[in-house]
Amino acid sequence: MLAKRIIPCLDVRKGRVVKGKKFKNIVDVDQPENLGKFYSDSGADELVFYDITASNEGRKTSLEFVKKVADEINIPFSVGGGVSSLEDFNDILRKGADKVSVNSSAVKNPQLIKEASEKYGAQCVVLSIDAKKDKDGTWKVIINGGRKNTGMDAVQWAVKGVELGAGELVINSIDADGMKEGYDIELLSEITKRVRVPVIASGGAGSMNHFYEVAKEADVDGILAASVFHYGEIKIMELKKYLKDRGIEVRI
Amino acid sequence: MNIIIDYGLGNLNSVQKGFERVGLETKISSDIEEIRKSNSIILPGVGAFRDAVKLLEEKNLKNLIIEEVNKGKNILGICLGMQLLYDKSFENGEFDGLGLIKGNIKKFDISLKVPHMGWNNLKFQQNNPILKYIKEGDYVYYVHSYYAEGEEEDLIAYSEYEVKVPGIVNRENIYGIQFHPEKSGTVGHNILKAYKEIIS
Repeated sequence: MLAKRIIPCLDVRKGRVVKGKKFKNIVDVDQPENLGKFYSDSGADELVFYDITASNEGRKTSLEFVKKVADEINIPFSVGGGVSSLEDFNDILRKGADKVSVNSSAVKNPQLIKEASEKYGAQCVVLSIDAKKDKDGTWKVIINGGRKNTGMDAVQWAVKGVELGAGELVINSIDADGMKEGYDIELLSEITKRVRVPVIASGGAGSMNHFYEVAKEADVDGILAASVFHYGEIKIMELKKYLKDRGIEVRI
Repeated sequence: MNIIIDYGLGNLNSVQKGFERVGLETKISSDIEEIRKSNSIILPGVGAFRDAVKLLEEKNLKNLIIEEVNKGKNILGICLGMQLLYDKSFENGEFDGLGLIKGNIKKFDISLKVPHMGWNNLKFQQNNPILKYIKEGDYVYYVHSYYAEGEEEDLIAYSEYEVKVPGIVNRENIYGIQFHPEKSGTVGHNILKAYKEIIS
């Protein structure tokens, strides 16, 4: 049986792993390859790196960390952040990443998903969606690192992304991100009901029970978190034992 | 030298890195002489079956591999590389493989999500030296939409995903691994370590 994946997320800026709350108050943490190796050895099933380096020029240099990570770890990892062309896919995959995730640029140019999927295979195209609940009760797609509300329906965009060829979805709730009050089960359930590709929950982890709740109730395939792992509040192996004791299939 | 065959598909560096970690020296190459002189062949690959066979043929590698393996040279096919070892594949048509292992490659026709992507545990079908350092129930990392339907006698280990998914197959000097040992953490490491002993 397939195990639910536990996925630490590492935000990288100018080659360093950082973590902020609600995309603000960014603090410096460690080297991506060091933290990557640490998580790989601690039982993480996969790693996600988001390169949040602002400028294009800075990003090219920043991507040097991808090769270092590939040399250090022997579990799958994906890289995203500022990916806007097939060349970006090519660069990242050649440096040794297993998957590439797209976010804002896919909203602006949905064909990127299709082209990348046809060229590199759906399994390495991850569509990452930042969603925020609207007053009308639906979720809207937010782009540009949490700054711009597109007005697009997040659930519909998820379905469209899969039709275009995305092989996996990472659904990040802007409302829950950094709040440590649990994942957005309502949003995630809306999406897992409608798509047939793996869905990764993101945003809101504060306790081990939050992982259990989302695994149990939202039918997600993977659960992503950042600060609870970076600051050692939750240890991955302890979390996996906790989940296993409660009947969730995990790799131990 | 052990040659990782470069026919233009797949992340060869991570496969090479995986072998490097268990102390097996490999070289990435598509050179006919180097392949002839090699101690063993590793056939990696991701992507479409048809493209892979076409590239192997264009580079005159298909018949060369068949010849070398028939002479008794060890081969390890990984992921698409394992599927290529079979008679034929029904991925977007019908295409002949290398015909080194009996059976066909077919698409998952199941209610679970496809691709079969993530960590799944191994069940052992029969004893084999490649299992020396791992135990039944260990998890390995899969990413694939097609799987092999072959002979029970070649099946070493499998995973359950509504159907029986062959994970490791072996016929004489031929090994195939459907999952990615180079991405399967310590378990994958231990499989490559056992394989190194088999070919040494």
